[in-house]
Amino acid sequence: MSPDELLALASSVAERSGKGEEIEVACSAGESTSVRVYGGKLESLTIASSQAIGVRVLVEGREGFASAGTLDPDSVEAVLSEARDNARFAEADRFMGIAQPDGVEAVDVDLWSDEVLSTSNEDKIAIAIEAEQRVRDADSRITGVRVSAYGDSAGSFALASTAGIRACTSATFASLSIQALAQDDGARTQTGFASDGARKPSDLDLDAVSKRAVSQTLDLLGASQPKTATVDLVLDPRLAATVLGLIAGTLTGDRILKGRSPFVDRVGEQVASPLLSFLDDPTDPKSLGADAYDGEGLACRAVPLVEQGVLQGYLHDSYTGRRSGHGSTGSAVRGTRGLPSPGLHAMAVRPGSGTLDELIGQVDKGVLVFSLAGLHSGVNPVSGDFSVGIEGRMIRNGRLAEPIAECTVASTLQRLLLDVAAVGGEVSHLPMGVSTPPVVIGGVSLSGA
Amino acid sequence: MAETVEPLIDRDTLSAVLTEAMSAGAGFADVFVEQVERASVQLDDGRIESLASGRDRGAGIRVVEGDSTGFAHTVDLSSRGLLRAAKAAADAARRGNQGAVQPVELGSLDAADGGVAVAPSSVDKADKVSLLRKAEEAARGADGSISQVSAGYGESRRRILVANSDGVHAADDQTRTRFSVGCVASDDGTLQTGNETVGLSTGYELFDRYDVEQMARDAAGRALTKLRARPAPSGTLPVVIGPGSGGVLFHEACGHGLEADLVRKGASAFAGRKGELVASPLVTVIDDGTMDDEWGYLRIDDEGHPGSRNVLIEDGVLVDYMWDALRARAEQRPSSGNGRRQSYRHLPMVRMTNTYLSGGTTDPEDIIASVDNGVYVARLGGGQVNTASGDFVFGMVEAYLIENGRLTAPLREGQLIGNGPKVLQMIEAVGNDFAMGPPGTCGKDGQGVPVGDGVPTLKVRELTIGGTAA
Repeated sequence: MSPDELLALASSVAERSGKGEEIEVACSAGESTSVRVYGGKLESLTIASSQAIGVRVLVEGREGFASAGTLDPDSVEAVLSEARDNARFAEADRFMGIAQPDGVEAVDVDLWSDEVLSTSNEDKIAIAIEAEQRVRDADSRITGVRVSAYGDSAGSFALASTAGIRACTSATFASLSIQALAQDDGARTQTGFASDGARKPSDLDLDAVSKRAVSQTLDLLGASQPKTATVDLVLDPRLAATVLGLIAGTLTGDRILKGRSPFVDRVGEQVASPLLSFLDDPTDPKSLGADAYDGEGLACRAVPLVEQGVLQGYLHDSYTGRRSGHGSTGSAVRGTRGLPSPGLHAMAVRPGSGTLDELIGQVDKGVLVFSLAGLHSGVNPVSGDFSVGIEGRMIRNGRLAEPIAECTVASTLQRLLLDVAAVGGEVSHLPMGVSTPPVVIGGVSLSGA
Repeated sequence: MAETVEPLIDRDTLSAVLTEAMSAGAGFADVFVEQVERASVQLDDGRIESLASGRDRGAGIRVVEGDSTGFAHTVDLSSRGLLRAAKAAADAARRGNQGAVQPVELGSLDAADGGVAVAPSSVDKADKVSLLRKAEEAARGADGSISQVSAGYGESRRRILVANSDGVHAADDQTRTRFSVGCVASDDGTLQTGNETVGLSTGYELFDRYDVEQMARDAAGRALTKLRARPAPSGTLPVVIGPGSGGVLFHEACGHGLEADLVRKGASAFAGRKGELVASPLVTVIDDGTMDDEWGYLRIDDEGHPGSRNVLIEDGVLVDYMWDALRARAEQRPSSGNGRRQSYRHLPMVRMTNTYLSGGTTDPEDIIASVDNGVYVARLGGGQVNTASGDFVFGMVEAYLIENGRLTAPLREGQLIGNGPKVLQMIEAVGNDFAMGPPGTCGKDGQGVPVGDGVPTLKVRELTIGGTAA
């Protein structure tokens, strides 16, 4: 379905609203390809097309939602009537309602490349095979590649509502990921992972991905359990994005209004090291989280969150914006099949200075982190308790030392922000939509033997 | 059988689609048709926030040629739409091969009886709303320190139909129902959380077995206990794991490593170790898709093979891995009924069902009493494993210090970390109080499927505890 057809479908459903009824309709459709190779050969090639519709109905502050993975007339009919029926049973909230246009002009960000659709499947398979081959050939200690995968998607999202919102965006995305395996003298197997994402296949950095997968794997060979200690953590951009993204994810209006964040009522306070500033900026076209509209069809905009360590505000969708009195920050995130809620689109950490190597050079006793494990079970976004498994290399007197595994680091989300000891100067735009330089966090508990 | 009398796609169409899929001389093809209806009700912040319904319907067609799989899926279930998807899958797998056309003949449909006592969709939405209300009142009534309560109800009905070029032609009708309560307790700026979740592969009769008000009081109690928790120790200590939720330990420590697809790629610490003593002789680990009503229960897997009870480790000896149709074909053995997929949009792979450590003989009190200085984990949260190295982590959501054989101070949350092959050797006692844990969702390569797990009380000689206390 073309973007125009999607928007026309969404509008036609929204226009069926009855008296006193607000309706918001989201529709999406797209194509995707997924390639996995193994041993120099195609393991699987998935050719997919998908579509979805999600309908929100509001009657006097009562909300009902329904969705379907098909756009045929029967499904659309069923979804509208289920959403209406669901609204009968929800309880009213005077702040609940669909987004009202707020006059903010959407920034024109180009998220589309024809190359995703014009590249042949053979060429897509060749990318994954080439990446696998480079990793296998890099070093004799590489024993295999668990997966070398290429994936892409090209799709459109349309949103129409009884408030007059008509929004439509199209985006493409391509990704490459590799997990390598290595073994040394019958020792235990280590793995290393690397990935890249871009708007089009030719922007994928095959060389960097394969080199990183190799080095992360080989550098862990012979890893042992370290002694329990207090260390500085050096996070490269990918890991900095993971940790800071988790923390920024607690700065959402729903968590704040419901008392489920350690950062409730703390705007204007020094919640982080003065070295740290970050915002959510979907208007930056370089970010892979860039977007013109949020999940309720309002224009995306830059939202300051932490400036030199001082908390500036929270991320709001239209509901939390109304309830808090601040208005929406255009931060609604959603899939077509789910309800909108406030969240990060394109977190951006302001660069400081220094390369990753220079940051390592400034650390007396620390760990250069390769991977974090158990983020979903080891981080409590309400209490802030943080305890996760890590693998990486010890740093002693500014130099990389032995590899370590089977250990955890523990702190709280609150402490991690305050303990930021350095912010690097080189920003990476990561596949998950976060743009950040490397970051050093001081004084974290490392648990091992 | 109730409503599945009308198959999602008739036999002749399926035969024609499989014949098209096999037309390039492929080795194997299957069609997976799925129709899902879901509904949920969410209470939060003192209010029934929303009710949501979802529906999905589509088919995925897989064509296997040598080691290569072509896969296409479609929402167009007409004969034309299915044939087009079959051709796309065949083209994707073919890569230049050209063989003879072999017509595929299917036998009559083998439809499992998926009846439930009370179909959740037949229950008035107002009744579901009132269950959530009751849970909320009970939680708030537990103590003045309970500052926030959320509760969720969810139901799903998934009808599947599988047919393949070997003649498999089977259908199932799967209903799952779940309920959860989450509480926040606050005291002087400190926030702590407590949760309780139940879920079964049954209908609304779930609530004959579980009292939502008791669940709410349990969740509140956990949050309140943690308000006075002290930081967990950091370092290596003996750990006693309580019955039920500790099953995630075996799911992570050995379950994933025993999945045949990972074993084949050398991405498992258990590769090539069949017949070896890999664990303490006290350890017998079973993956059992036939456990009636449990969250990971399946009459047939998503490749049409009957769910089965598979002994993975018996008295410490590695007996077998888990298999899906593809890995089983490659090694000319039967599937173990572990071929599962998140939806018709996903390729099946080897997945667990209900994974558990079978019960031992020791009194759980004696196990705790045997520890001078250690940690008792009453409830584990989720976990994650690196199957290649065997290192795994899991979160303790309710834990206590053990001092001189007795439970003492509650501990704040923290992660436990261990190495699967090592930890299996370090199981020093297994209790006689086996229980299944709460319903889980297992993620692998981006696909989530419902799983169950369980354990009796057990003692691990040592695990590394990721706390902040010295």
